[in-house]
Amino acid sequence: MTNVANIYALETKFEFLKQLRRPAYAIATLGFPLMFYAFFGLMSGLHNNGLSLSTYLLATYGAFGVVGASLFGFGVSVALERGAGWLLLKRASPMPPLAYFVAKLISATAFSAIVVGLLFAMGALFGGVHLAALTWLQLGGALVIGALPFCAMGLALGYLISPNSAVAVINVINLPMSFISGLWLPVNALPPVIQQIAPFMPAYHLGQLALSTIGVQSPQPWYLHVLVLLAFTAAALSVAAFAYRRDEGETYG
Amino acid sequence: MNDPIRLIGVSKVYPGGIVAVRDCTLNVPAGQTLAVLGPNGAGKTTMIRMILGLAKPSTGEVRVFDRDPRDSDARLRIGTMLQIAEMPAGMTVREHITLFSSYYVRPLAIEETLKLADLESLASRRSERLSGGQRQRLAFALAICGDPDLLVLDEPTASLDIESRVALWEQIRILKNRGKTIVFTTHHLHEADALADRIALISRGRIVADGTPDAIKARAGTAELEAAYLALTRVDTLEAIS
Repeated sequence: MTNVANIYALETKFEFLKQLRRPAYAIATLGFPLMFYAFFGLMSGLHNNGLSLSTYLLATYGAFGVVGASLFGFGVSVALERGAGWLLLKRASPMPPLAYFVAKLISATAFSAIVVGLLFAMGALFGGVHLAALTWLQLGGALVIGALPFCAMGLALGYLISPNSAVAVINVINLPMSFISGLWLPVNALPPVIQQIAPFMPAYHLGQLALSTIGVQSPQPWYLHVLVLLAFTAAALSVAAFAYRRDEGETYG
Repeated sequence: MNDPIRLIGVSKVYPGGIVAVRDCTLNVPAGQTLAVLGPNGAGKTTMIRMILGLAKPSTGEVRVFDRDPRDSDARLRIGTMLQIAEMPAGMTVREHITLFSSYYVRPLAIEETLKLADLESLASRRSERLSGGQRQRLAFALAICGDPDLLVLDEPTASLDIESRVALWEQIRILKNRGKTIVFTTHHLHEADALADRIALISRGRIVADGTPDAIKARAGTAELEAAYLALTRVDTLEAIS
């Protein structure tokens, strides 16, 4: 049993190190949210619903950060490792198949926690964000746990897209989704058409949940956001399971 | 019964009706080194995948150590080298070996694996900074690090220069002398002749000749394996056409 625990621990450790050492991943997942928050969140003194914009946008850029860490952490690495035949070698080895996915999940969650931590530090130090200790925890918890549906989405994408276009495809999905979902600018500052589409984006619901922890009223009740995110997770996992089996079916069918 | 590999009337038909392997029966006894030889598209890789439990036979049965090849007890006794386009970037040679060693119950010491694969001086180098030949040695290291009883190597020397190829032969010979059962595929007749106790010649999914290198040469009536290969695969092609 200790042997199995050791496999999971090593698989996770090296997955995390691998991502940390990959400049493209570290820059995309940590650099962009921090840079965007610095530009849009810290440099204006605007208010929204009585909150400083730096506080409001801390929640939404936090959501942007964890969505990116999850989509890229899962999607790009699964697509690359699958395309190169690496996943096949892993499957032929005695590695427990679940270890591969658990390692990626823990690694992506760790990156989510890091990007949220860095954004919090930035907001508190330079953005004048003051929150009660419990509120910090609630916001951080909502963001890190709320990243899980996007890990499932990344996994599904990793099985569906080709390794060569993985980064481009995920950017093409992530950037417009984040904008429409109101993660870059408050939803009510967006054009009315976009405000109408926003609730169809999974990231919108994460953003609204995060905002609700800092007292921003959402147009929908909080449990609706939770339900949508749960349903979205189930859908993404079904797609991933289908693609996984189709993948196996090409060889094992 | 206790042969490490048994293929019993195995065929593999892919969706679309392409027959990759047809009615192959093959036993590989312990300690034998078998070369699976054949032209591109002959079915070598499909056969290897069925042995590894990565592809399911359409008919027939594959047994590895008298188990389903997907069984973890079977996988714990197999080391594998596949044709990998790229290893994930960001891990050193030593880290790759440490991770794969953890999958096995009684792996070799990391230092011994490094030595056997001639990677001692490269242990702390990232895998993405290795040359083609060095990367192939790392793939070999991942196959042997668990000290498996059976090594399955799919084109281990593909795209290697002559020097690296000969060096890898030496490493395979060391494993062979330790009593490992080894199955490898190759295009190089010379390689099969140099390493294998036995050659299974595959053409169009069928085993068209099976025996020692000498027996295969004798059967084709030529001293050169090259000529035997051409003679035996061509006969099969003609049969198929007629």
